[in-house]
Amino acid sequence: MTAEATAAGPAPTGGGDPDDKPMKGFVRRFVEGDLGELRVIIVLAVIWAIFQSQEDRFLSATNLTNLLLQITAIGLVSVGVVLVLLLGEIDLSVGAVSGLCAAVMAVLSVKHGWSPYLAIAAAVFVGTAIGMFQGSVFTQFGVPSFVVTLAGLLAWQGAQLEVLGTTGTVNITDPVITGLTSTFYEGATGWAIAIVGFAIYAAVSLGTWRRKMTAGLRVQPLGALLLRLGLAAVAIVAAVAVLNDDRGVPLAALILVGFVILFQFITTKTTFGRHIFAVGGNAEAARRAGISVKRIRIVVFMIASSMAAVGGIMAASRLLAVNQSSGAGDFLLLAIAGPVIAGTSLFGGRGSVWTALLGALVIGSISNGMDLLALESSVKFMVTGAVLLIAVVIDALARSRRQATGRV
Amino acid sequence: MSDGAPVLALEKVSKSFGPVQALQDVDFEVRPGEVVALVGDNGAGKSTLVKAIAGIHSIDDGRILFEGQPVRVSTPTDAVDLGIATVYQDLALCDNLDVVENLFLGREERGSGGVATITRQLDETSMERQAHELLDNLAVTITDVRSEVGTMSGGQRQQVAIARSLLGEPKVVLLDEPTAALGVRQTAQVLALIKRLREQGHGVVVISHNLADVFEVADRIVVLRLGRLAAVYDAKQTTNEEVVGAITGASDPSTGDLGAAVNEVMDAARRRDAPPGETPDGEPEERETGGTA
Repeated sequence: MTAEATAAGPAPTGGGDPDDKPMKGFVRRFVEGDLGELRVIIVLAVIWAIFQSQEDRFLSATNLTNLLLQITAIGLVSVGVVLVLLLGEIDLSVGAVSGLCAAVMAVLSVKHGWSPYLAIAAAVFVGTAIGMFQGSVFTQFGVPSFVVTLAGLLAWQGAQLEVLGTTGTVNITDPVITGLTSTFYEGATGWAIAIVGFAIYAAVSLGTWRRKMTAGLRVQPLGALLLRLGLAAVAIVAAVAVLNDDRGVPLAALILVGFVILFQFITTKTTFGRHIFAVGGNAEAARRAGISVKRIRIVVFMIASSMAAVGGIMAASRLLAVNQSSGAGDFLLLAIAGPVIAGTSLFGGRGSVWTALLGALVIGSISNGMDLLALESSVKFMVTGAVLLIAVVIDALARSRRQATGRV
Repeated sequence: MSDGAPVLALEKVSKSFGPVQALQDVDFEVRPGEVVALVGDNGAGKSTLVKAIAGIHSIDDGRILFEGQPVRVSTPTDAVDLGIATVYQDLALCDNLDVVENLFLGREERGSGGVATITRQLDETSMERQAHELLDNLAVTITDVRSEVGTMSGGQRQQVAIARSLLGEPKVVLLDEPTAALGVRQTAQVLALIKRLREQGHGVVVISHNLADVFEVADRIVVLRLGRLAAVYDAKQTTNEEVVGAITGASDPSTGDLGAAVNEVMDAARRRDAPPGETPDGEPEERETGGTA
């Protein structure tokens, strides 16, 4: 403990000092990262406002639909990356794995005539196997995950070139695979999906609230819960309205949101998810509590590589091809940068799967907006780099503040 | 209160690390509803003894009896299954998790009935309710069981760590330096908690360097010196000087005449808070390191 100031009296429950002036306190908490996901939404709003003021096509229905399609692949890869980051580890191979798995799918589908479903399953299986291999090397030999996956980055890139063969590009024609990113649910279908999704969310939230209330536990005020549900409803209605104004709700977006919800559930509501946070927070404590730290780590690396495969498949579907640069370039770094920008800590134990979606939206918006403004890619790289740097600095500041107040 | 058969007994236990004899023919026992303090200088074998009971080190020689039956304790899981809970000096809490999450870490409860049967999701409501019951029962005051333990004071964290060890309903609780690095008020809270463990019929073993704390809570004081059992005292019928003498070896007749022994006791009493010396058994005593990441 570095701070003994709290020795007397009850435990402080949060970072906010009551005597701060509201506005000043807000700015401080914003900078120090205490506001969590609200901070990212504010950043996103600012980015959107800036681009809209420069180019009024930015917030058009067509462009927002395109934005969603552009972030699907990277968002899916980020979902797996979040889990690895929660462990306090890193997976540098996700880009190469996404490229390799997409190549496997394309070659099986196009050159060997496999059914698209089997080809997709095989690609995801290759991803899972790679994750198992890397996770095992990391845990069994105690090699840092950074190094294992850096080796993977090189090796799987080589494997990708090998799989693609001499032509270097495989064009995808199968309608099931291309349909992953070109299917849209128009009109009533989109609304039905939205209503069902919201109804489940509201039922679960209210059910949990009631159960806690009847058990006599501390709950948030009902008003706050209803406000949150109301905001969610407004966001969902706005999103579906905008998407229906263009081509409808894209299947790709549903896949992304579906995986985000699935892994959000797994990380926050299941024993496995709890153990991920425990290992990321204090691996020794987790071990002493009887948790198999190795098993958790290996499974998380398997999930990360599998999600990389899923992302690679979606990228291939959108490009209608797999080539030598699939999964290469800045794809990997953006997939890691996204969650970090949105508040998942690089130091482990803190973050959420939502940050995969939010981070992909932030990075995708910057990229999309600068494309609309026809800026050079040199500028794009520098701006994205600056945003990432700011996010990491905020993460480090939040961490050092936690340490200063006795939290680690 | 501490009558009856020992719940845990060690007979002629020995343990060596290579050429170093860390424990030699040590007898030790704790009864239900009894607090036994284990004291000794650095390297006296306290940690080795506790680790042998907790299943971290297996013993070379001797027997461990649990409720009168000889048992093998070769892994930490063996110890936990028998009903021996250990609270380590470095707490072993996850700072990024809240109190409920830490209390139930590794033994989470999953919901049943309805959707939960399929999703196997955590039963937070049940765990939170039990956390309240457990903490109330131990008279531990924590305003919000959903606040991260990283935000809490050292005393509260120690109390959470001790409460956590009780969830498995152990018969014996081992506490390694429970009051190290705590302030006066926090120490009092933790000592009060140890007394409540005794009232509830647990056998409690406390390792401590702080003799004031030892005299405050212990029924018996077991002194180890250089891996051997040096002395066992009834806490009500001994004095600080006598215990210090046993710790330093001054009361050992083989160390020389009375005058020298008395001088040594006085020196030792003065040196008590001095930095630790070297550890002859080659095994560093764990120190309170505070917030390790």
